[in-house]
Amino acid sequence: MSVDFCGLRLAHPIINGSGTFDAIGARHAFGDALHSAFPFAAFVSKTITLAPRAGNPPPRLWEAQAGLINSIGLPNKGLERYMSEDLPELAQLPVPLITNVMGSTAEEIAELLRACDTRKEIAAVELNVSCPNVHTGLDIGADPAQLERVLRSVRPALRKPLIVKLTPNCADVAECARAAQEGGADAVSLINTLRAMALAPAGAHGRERSQSLAWLGGGTGGLSGAAVRPVALAQVAAVARRVSIPVVGMGGVQSAAHAHQFLAVGARLVAVGTESFRDPAVASRIASQLDDEGPPT
Amino acid sequence: MTVNNPTIPAGTDPSRPLAPFGRRLLTVTANKPLGAYRILHAADPDGPAPAAGQFAMLAAAERWGAGEDERPYLPRAFSYARWVAGEAQFLLEDVGPGTHRLCELREGDGLWVLGPLGRGFTAPKDARRALLVGGGVGIAPLAGWQDELGERATVLLGFRDRAHAAGAALLGDALVASDDGSVGRHGLVTDLLRAELDRDAHAGVYACGPPAMLEAVRALCAARAIPAQLALEAGMACGFGACFGCVVPKRDGGYLRICIDGPVVDAAQLDRIGEHAGSPA
Ligand SMILES: Cc1cc2nc3c(=O)[nH]c(=O)nc-3n(C[C@H](O)[C@H](O)[C@H](O)COP(=O)(O)OP(=O)(O)OC[C@H]3O[C@@H](n4cnc5c(N)ncnc54)[C@H](O)[C@@H]3O)c2cc1C
Ligand SMILES: Cc1cc2nc3c(=O)[nH]c(=O)nc-3n(C[C@H](O)[C@H](O)[C@H](O)COP(=O)(O)O)c2cc1C
Ligand code: FES
Repeated sequence: MSVDFCGLRLAHPIINGSGTFDAIGARHAFGDALHSAFPFAAFVSKTITLAPRAGNPPPRLWEAQAGLINSIGLPNKGLERYMSEDLPELAQLPVPLITNVMGSTAEEIAELLRACDTRKEIAAVELNVSCPNVHTGLDIGADPAQLERVLRSVRPALRKPLIVKLTPNCADVAECARAAQEGGADAVSLINTLRAMALAPAGAHGRERSQSLAWLGGGTGGLSGAAVRPVALAQVAAVARRVSIPVVGMGGVQSAAHAHQFLAVGARLVAVGTESFRDPAVASRIASQLDDEGPPT
Repeated sequence: MTVNNPTIPAGTDPSRPLAPFGRRLLTVTANKPLGAYRILHAADPDGPAPAAGQFAMLAAAERWGAGEDERPYLPRAFSYARWVAGEAQFLLEDVGPGTHRLCELREGDGLWVLGPLGRGFTAPKDARRALLVGGGVGIAPLAGWQDELGERATVLLGFRDRAHAAGAALLGDALVASDDGSVGRHGLVTDLLRAELDRDAHAGVYACGPPAMLEAVRALCAARAIPAQLALEAGMACGFGACFGCVVPKRDGGYLRICIDGPVVDAAQLDRIGEHAGSPA
């Protein structure tokens, strides 16, 4: 069931959600078996920023009802060390590499795209626009007009496919998708995590409720996993109706049946995120079941 | 954000045997009470033997992800207490929905396992005697380590009361302290450690337990320049380096991922150990 995605030929339609699989870290747990049984048809890196980021203070995780709230805070080495240390290792993966980047101004984004443009190891770039604009504080991706303007100005910096990872925390995600298409995106991906909060249980780990209401070190976090699937499906369907560019659908996919649902509402590819935490090999199973069964009639 | 021994290629570090890629379904062979704890046995005929100090991500095959409150959802981390002839043993303390579900499992039930994961203990390089220091359910990874070190190891364990102190039977020949004085010395396991170090400081310390205990061990060893390996815990979603959720701050800035940079960490890498880097007390 090979698919064409923005000119890339992928063995099947299942990829990973950015930030939910570290192919370099996982090699330390599984060794070469990871590469010989690599579950994804393309590998998406976690979000890379210009400057290194340590990420948010712990705790970073809260298990919600059939879901996960994370406030990881996009820890990464920064562009320079990603290029020099991680790219050579990621280039050994048996699948195309999609590098996910985020910047808080058009200039920052353009610089990230230019750097990716020069590296042949990178097949495509995914731009995470769930980032507050440093001037307005508004997520770049939450305001269609701003999104279109930023994309128009940065798009010439990259001669490879550009995927825009939309934020679900906005008034009208289909309108944002349309703006991304107008601004020059070759594809859109969604959903990113839904903004969410968990309160600390009274007395947990010696924590007094009065100390801080929020459990997560970052205050709020993002909800993912099975719980978000119905929301994700609605957003993916709305976006696929509005745009003509390919859509990467994700949010709570746990099985081939779920992947079929996203494909049925118009997704070209389906990404698996949180479910890989329950079983790192789940995406292989989903891909092979999709192949065996074909779309449900 | 670096792995402890970046120079050692994956699969050749003896403290870090690799896990098969993907979770596997095991069958529970026994689930026995041990005081306030339970010991869960599962047949693991194909599983690689773990190094002492490594852990696995566990989930029950049934009623996991669809409980009353839709928790547990993600798998939970447990140290291998022992791994003997193709059978894995875990020490469980019922502290929430996940551990509760695992404590209920009976012979014949299915158990999803991903492991062995992380980095285990590293043997003492010189003639130092090994001091194994455990608190509460944190005694688990010390059992396999004691088996490996044999006579060379002195074991010091601390528990809150008599029911929990019954867990000491997991190891052999342990000196015990209890918070309420019901068993062994009335006080903390770190009191036992201080006395041992006063007697003979040519020692290496291997410790696992609640954060406050680990912090006391760390401070005690740091003050006397005694090498210590601490088995840390942190909330985990994946166990294999994917989520960046399980971090503890490093001494020189940044964070370690406990699941792949640990769980056994050289104490010198750490500053003060905060409340989110130990087992539930
Ligand atoms: C490397 C490692 C080895 C371990 N080894 C062992 C072992 O050998 N034996 C053993 O019994 N335990 C061990 N643990 C601890 C064990 O993983 C936890 O006790 C278990 O995950 C708790 O799950 P639960 O569902 O029972 O409880 P939870 O409800 O998850 O509660 C456990 C603690 O997590 C916090 N918490 C509460 N609710 C939530 C929530 N919704 N989301 C996130 N956090 C929450 C609270 O601080 C609470 O005290 C180990 C942990 C690690 C990381
Ligand atoms: C722990 C964690 C880290 C994530 N990190 C990133 C990230 O760095 N960049 C990004 O664009 N999305 C990130 N995401 C969002 C996922 O890629 C995905 O959009 C979302 O989790 C929904 O899919 P899921 O329900 O299958 O996990 C992260 C999600 C999780 C759970
Ligand atoms: S538990 Fe996910 S990175 Fe450690």
